[in-house]
Amino acid sequence: MIPIYYFLILSAVLFVMGTVGFLIKKDLITQFMCVEVMLNAANVAFIAFARSASSLNGQIIVFFIITVAAAEAAVGLAIILLVYRQKKSIKTEDSSLMKG
Amino acid sequence: MAVFLFILLSLTCIGSILGMILSKNQAHSALYLILAFVCTGGLFGLMSAPFIAAVQIIIYAGAIMVLFIFVIMMIDIRKGLSPERKKWILYPSLGIGLVLIIELIFILSNTLVPSKAGTIESFGSPKTLGKVLFTKYLYPFEITSVLIIAALVGAIVLVKKKEEK
Amino acid sequence: MIDIFWLIPLVPALSTLILAVFGEKLPKKYISFQACGAVFISFLISLYSFLGLLKVSPEEYPIVKNLFTWIHSGNFQANLSFQFDPLTAVMALVVTAVGFLIHVYSIGYMAEDRSYSRFFTLMNLFTFSMLVLVMASNLVLMFVGWEGVGFCSYMLIGFWFEKHSAANAGKKAFIVNRIGDAGFLIGMLFILVYVGSTEFSNINNAVAGGSLSHGLVTLIAILLFVGATGKSAQIPLYVWLPDAMEGPTPVSALIHAATMVTAGVYMVARMNIFYTTSETAGSVVAIIGAVTAVYAGTMALTQNDIKRVLAYSTISQIGYMFIGCGVGAYAAGIFHLYTHAFFKSLLFLAAGSVMHALSGELDMRKMGGLKKYLPYTYPTFLIGAIAIAGVPFLSGFFSKDAILTSAFAQGQYFVWILGILGAVLTAFYMFRLIFLTFHGKERIEPEVKKHIHESPPVMTVPLAVLAFFSVIAGYIGLPVVLGKNVNWFDRFLAPIMHKGHEAHLTIGTEWLLILISVIVALTGIFIAYFFYLKKPSVPHTLVRRFPFLYRLLYNKYYIDEAYDYLFVRPTLKGSEFVYDKFDINIIDGAVNGAASGTGFFGKVLSFLQTGFIKDYALVFLLGAVILLGLLIF
Repeated sequence: MIPIYYFLILSAVLFVMGTVGFLIKKDLITQFMCVEVMLNAANVAFIAFARSASSLNGQIIVFFIITVAAAEAAVGLAIILLVYRQKKSIKTEDSSLMKG
Repeated sequence: MAVFLFILLSLTCIGSILGMILSKNQAHSALYLILAFVCTGGLFGLMSAPFIAAVQIIIYAGAIMVLFIFVIMMIDIRKGLSPERKKWILYPSLGIGLVLIIELIFILSNTLVPSKAGTIESFGSPKTLGKVLFTKYLYPFEITSVLIIAALVGAIVLVKKKEEK
Repeated sequence: MIDIFWLIPLVPALSTLILAVFGEKLPKKYISFQACGAVFISFLISLYSFLGLLKVSPEEYPIVKNLFTWIHSGNFQANLSFQFDPLTAVMALVVTAVGFLIHVYSIGYMAEDRSYSRFFTLMNLFTFSMLVLVMASNLVLMFVGWEGVGFCSYMLIGFWFEKHSAANAGKKAFIVNRIGDAGFLIGMLFILVYVGSTEFSNINNAVAGGSLSHGLVTLIAILLFVGATGKSAQIPLYVWLPDAMEGPTPVSALIHAATMVTAGVYMVARMNIFYTTSETAGSVVAIIGAVTAVYAGTMALTQNDIKRVLAYSTISQIGYMFIGCGVGAYAAGIFHLYTHAFFKSLLFLAAGSVMHALSGELDMRKMGGLKKYLPYTYPTFLIGAIAIAGVPFLSGFFSKDAILTSAFAQGQYFVWILGILGAVLTAFYMFRLIFLTFHGKERIEPEVKKHIHESPPVMTVPLAVLAFFSVIAGYIGLPVVLGKNVNWFDRFLAPIMHKGHEAHLTIGTEWLLILISVIVALTGIFIAYFFYLKKPSVPHTLVRRFPFLYRLLYNKYYIDEAYDYLFVRPTLKGSEFVYDKFDINIIDGAVNGAASGTGFFGKVLSFLQTGFIKDYALVFLLGAVILLGLLIF
């Protein structure tokens, strides 16, 4: 039996990789992928806790997270496509209309 | 055996995510990510969650990533890759990431839940999960379907080209 | 059967709501039907409750119906509760009965007006407010009615707001009333602080029990009376009433007879314990009333506007009511209020009928000889004039005589002399009005003469009804000389009126006083006859002999100008000064400063808004990391 601790460390590593990736990548699509990685890291943590507590609730939550992630991906990608149509670019640096 | 599998899967996962981040080509990034998702699915299987593992591979690696690939195909990736505006953000990002991972590990090591001895055989099987899903979590489950419909409609409305007047 | 009395004010309220919401869409016929019907139902309930009240023994007065607690805050509680006792019964009957007839009359008078539904909405609201005023069982609710009639009078006096003078008259009425209201409000707060309750029964007990010092009672009484002078148009706050003629004539009738100006008298009668306890306050009321009676009468002498003469006569008659209240004869004051309601509304409506016939002409110099053109208006007008002049056997005689006799009996001879003088003036100017309008040479402009016509039945029938009551209304309050218990009205009101020291006159003195009243009234009429029919040159000679006096009277003692000079202009000047210096520099400066300060900081902070998602994400994450760190260490 693998200690839960390992999984939690892995989850933390995945999460930080996702965040750092989000910060240093420059195009919307890869940044979006990094967000998916962060979600996944959370999933790993949930599954690990579910097993250690012998409760199915954690798995159910992961199930819902996956569903919501699917919906999010659909809408998010649609938005990326729109941004591309507007700006002819998916680089985040080209979208800075919110500048004060 | 299990530990060996865990090390293999997690290293592959971390490696492919690194590859995703470092790759200059979005299509490659997407492929790396699929590999990472498959690995996570394997890890779920290790943690007595076979059903979630299947869902992870089918939905994440299968459905969502296919969407990504479609979008990447629609976008001319070479276009718009203009010279860097600023590079300095790399270093603070790495610094913050470092602090964050230290913090997270510190927290997680303090919140370990003692593992209950002897999990039941059928824990996490589709049957038990389905029972909970359709009894205790029936309403959230049904509401999820509404969410997905809304997302579907929303995506179509967003992307659909406006008719020329 | 009495316990439905609280519905009296609610029927007009309901009708007001319906008319206010749907009025513009409803046909005129229905509007008039509903508006009049609502007041009539109110009248029927009043009558029914009144009959019920007769069966209740005086110990149970007043009958209170508490609908719900309206305000409850700390020690202060105000209920939405109505009460019914003889005083309320008289007021409710007068308001609804006269109000109903005026409503009916308005159907004819306002037939061509384009704001027909607005008019009837406001009329119903006016009736409702007045009913709340007279039926409230505590001062707070009474104040609601008090303000309600103030608001309605403003709206109705300025009903034809396109006309500049009408809008100004409305504003004037409102502002002058406001000054009085301030006095009333302060008095009310004094009562609230020192009595702890605004229920009339508690106030009566507190004052009767002597828990308030004498000086305090006097102070409160005077403050309340200030409110009454505003609403009831007494010196010094009478100036709004003559200008109130700018409104439609039925409104004037309603204001003068039923709903507005009587409020002050009612309030003084309702709070009679104060004026009985404090003789100083009582004397102030009596003297103000007496002076107003004469003063307003002299102003009426020279006016040429038919409605203005009536307006000054109202001020003068209200003065009589206050004499009654001031000398402790509250029943007599209310009795005069009740008879006055009939003949004054009659006079106003008849004057409206004259205007109607003459295409809106108000100037008596352009009338004369109308007797033969207006076969219904003339006799009713005449009856009203005789009644107000105090000729025996009509209602005005009984009530005025009761007041003057009480004043004499209380030893207030100065007040009594002024009252007699006022009576001469009343008789004189009323018959001057009659002779100038209906008798003598025709001075009507030929253009107007072509259209001259008697009013439709919907207008003349109310006149006839009012004339009938002007004749008989006085017979429920016959003078004492005819027997000990013939004054039913006095006995009916007695249980709720607090008697001061009783004073009795011998029968002989009483007869003498009555004789003097009669002689006085007839003298006034005779002088008018002599001046305006027999020898029309006499007035002109007098004007030439005493030009200063004439001009003084004609210009109403220049009081409007004086007020303008003393109060209005300094206020305007002061306001302008404050506007210039204080408003623009300090208030506007503070507001603008706040705005530009916000703008400045916004500009500074906007440098942080780079517009790049990654910068935001970085800052966001930095915050998260710091928070996490704080959580751990």
